[in-house]
Amino acid sequence: MEALSPWVAIAGGLLIGTAAGLLLLLSGRIAGVSGMAARAVGMARDGAPRRQAVGFILGLPLGAALIALLVRAHEVAVTSSLPLLIAGGLLVGFGTRLGNGCTSGHGVCGIARLSPRSFAATGVFMASAALTVFIIRHALGG
Amino acid sequence: MRKFLPGLVVGVIFGAGLALSDMFNPARVLAFLDIAGAWDPTLAYVMGSALIPSAIAYRIRQRMARPLLAPGFAIPENRQLDRPLLLGGAMFGIGWGLVGLCPGPALAGLVLGTWQIWLFAAAMLAGMLLHHFVTQTRAPAHSLG
Repeated sequence: MEALSPWVAIAGGLLIGTAAGLLLLLSGRIAGVSGMAARAVGMARDGAPRRQAVGFILGLPLGAALIALLVRAHEVAVTSSLPLLIAGGLLVGFGTRLGNGCTSGHGVCGIARLSPRSFAATGVFMASAALTVFIIRHALGG
Repeated sequence: MRKFLPGLVVGVIFGAGLALSDMFNPARVLAFLDIAGAWDPTLAYVMGSALIPSAIAYRIRQRMARPLLAPGFAIPENRQLDRPLLLGGAMFGIGWGLVGLCPGPALAGLVLGTWQIWLFAAAMLAGMLLHHFVTQTRAPAHSLG
């Protein structure tokens, strides 16, 4: 995997932050993907209006497709085995609902508004993710 | 359309940002999380720069009586660190570390058409459903994520 230019990474981050900022100023809401996804499929009792959540979730792959058309083809490597994909998905789905947020809701929106809960959640998921990778790749010799 | 369209536009910009910064590539995310390996700083650049427009919007928000297209702001006010927050964060981190995908990249990555991302997204939805049924009888919690 080639290194990505920091400027491209920063441009991508600015787009993500602009999306989060726009949703706040237009609709008064947090751009959290896990909450929006739950809302879109009718699992959350409160949150964004359902149609807005559906639009947001549909927009994610559309935006990614736009980059493939206009900027560069995607080269993505998913190397996890089938059991890891299932276990990882279940943990991400359950954990983000239990903890009320993921990388976007806590990591980007929460930290930007200096929420103590989001600082704590981001610290915990970064640490547990890094520990998991360390165990798989180095302790178990993955 | 008043609700769907703003959601769609914001989602497209968000998804474009994830794809441009290669954050839907699990290999790159895992390389960031692997602090003992060939470390890739991309995720730090992405998160750091995402905070800038987001934080500016929160400053602007403080001078607005209401958002442009909705009757009021719906920002969580809860400041308490409780067990579900920390336990949920820890579970999410383990799943993130196992595969290298979190919810945004998993959904934006559906466009790639690789079966692994579709399977992961399906399992993620199943995990959300499981949480929904487990907690259905309890009081609703305000969601951030």
